[in-house]
Amino acid sequence: MSKAIVKPDYWQHDMVQSGEHKELTTLNLGPTHPATHGIFQNVLTLDGEVIQSAEQTIGYIHRAFEKLAERRPFYQIAPLTDRMNYCSAPINNMGWHMTVEKLCGIETPKRVDYLRIIVMELARIADHVICNSVIGVDTGALTGFTYIFQQREAIYEIFEEICGARLTTNMGRIGGFERNFNEAAWAKLRQFIKVFPGKLQEFENLLVRNRIFMDRTINCGPFSAERALSYGFTGPNLRACGVDYDVRVADPYCSYNDLDFIIPVGESGDTYDRFMVRSQEMKESLSMIRQCVEKLDKMPDKKTFSAEVPAWVLPPKEEVYNQMEALIWHFKIVMGESNVPVGEVYHCVEGANGELGFYLVSDGGRTPARLHFRRPCFIYYQAYPEMIRAAC
Amino acid sequence: MPAFVVKADRDQLVIDQLTAAFGADILSHERIADMLVINTTKNVLHQVAQHCKEQLDFNFLTTMCGMHYSERDTLGLVMHLQSMRKGHRIRLKAEVPLKEPVFPTFTDLWDTANWMEREAWDFFGIQFTGHPNLKRILNMEDFPAFPLRKDYPLEDPTREDKDDSMFGR
Repeated sequence: MSKAIVKPDYWQHDMVQSGEHKELTTLNLGPTHPATHGIFQNVLTLDGEVIQSAEQTIGYIHRAFEKLAERRPFYQIAPLTDRMNYCSAPINNMGWHMTVEKLCGIETPKRVDYLRIIVMELARIADHVICNSVIGVDTGALTGFTYIFQQREAIYEIFEEICGARLTTNMGRIGGFERNFNEAAWAKLRQFIKVFPGKLQEFENLLVRNRIFMDRTINCGPFSAERALSYGFTGPNLRACGVDYDVRVADPYCSYNDLDFIIPVGESGDTYDRFMVRSQEMKESLSMIRQCVEKLDKMPDKKTFSAEVPAWVLPPKEEVYNQMEALIWHFKIVMGESNVPVGEVYHCVEGANGELGFYLVSDGGRTPARLHFRRPCFIYYQAYPEMIRAAC
Repeated sequence: MPAFVVKADRDQLVIDQLTAAFGADILSHERIADMLVINTTKNVLHQVAQHCKEQLDFNFLTTMCGMHYSERDTLGLVMHLQSMRKGHRIRLKAEVPLKEPVFPTFTDLWDTANWMEREAWDFFGIQFTGHPNLKRILNMEDFPAFPLRKDYPLEDPTREDKDDSMFGR
């Protein structure tokens, strides 16, 4: 190959002559957006219509959360985590709360754990609904998208009842939740558990054995398990390649080990397998929610919604106005003065898109000394050139 | 008490193997919360990682990030390795002086190290010898600083009302 192919010249379409009397074309694809906003540019090298290699620029959209976190008290970092993946913001919120709890040695009651699982699995369903319906749109089937998005709306209504927000939820607090689930939330949740399986089936009937959908996704971007591990894949993308790795099982957090569920795996790691893994995971998530609701129904305690840690959980307002201790705690929490031990922890949760990790280094100050996020999608995208090689 | 599981026997095996292979280059090892942390030197970090990958079954590079220790004037590299088969994680650390922040690349061991190293270069100015394409990844190419270093101001640098000293620390 000639030298020009090794390093493509940006912003130019040029034809280069290779040694084998072939003409390779350099083509700028994009900037486009792969999912929602953000830009993604590819400089492709094409042999005819077949992609030989790609060099991607993921764009200048860094939001400096790691730097911002170095000047914020711990409880003010939760709203930042919303924005890391706003399709399933509650998982990020809970992951962050659990990281701080791990650092401070706070143990949460079982009821809080089950409430958290319900919220996290609802968020996972909402995220997978987006992935699976949008791949339908991308392959030419808009109908399923419009049907299943009503269920996403139902999930967001539950979130609304729990925390008042829909998309960037900032849900929960370090140590538990800010308030108990209200009656409307429970009613909507039970209604969702009843309705969702039928709606999911309706959606799957449109796509799973659809000839056009199968033709456009089977063998599209296949990936071997070995390469996926080398590229740091986690989550549904790794499981679609046939590796049964799931943080909820490998490193159980938040009482996931009390539940009974399976890890769906694929074979070839192509788009169809990823679709099917996500589809099955939604069913598993729903089963987990059902199990948690059953466990909570059996529990005599209906009131606990946070751990007993006065240094982190805001006291009720009546107490703040009438009791000195409560007022002091309130002030300490709001000013970010709760004591934090010196130390460092890595905590990971199974985000909807993969392993979401928080590496938190504390020097005992009111803010983290360093906070690093393991963002699964940042890691996936470097495999993109290998995935689209020889595609056309 | 914290709810995590302590995997002391597995940790001990890793410590024994690494000290046998690298001796004094394993500067220290300790358990912080639920994870074994191994401090090593810049010269052997790559060999330690390779040993962990090939001999000790840590086949997965979970994450790698730069650090800036402003009190010691050093830059650090922190790697989280994971053995999926054994359900075991460890953390490797090494430091280099701020004036000469150079590590060997890890892209020969894991493909995923590619962008992680580019990120460490972009935000901390850590260089990786042998990296196939070491250039900025998230900041613009002519960005004049390494923004996650402690000396890079987050907001108005004259502002003092958010400093620890204002809160009695």
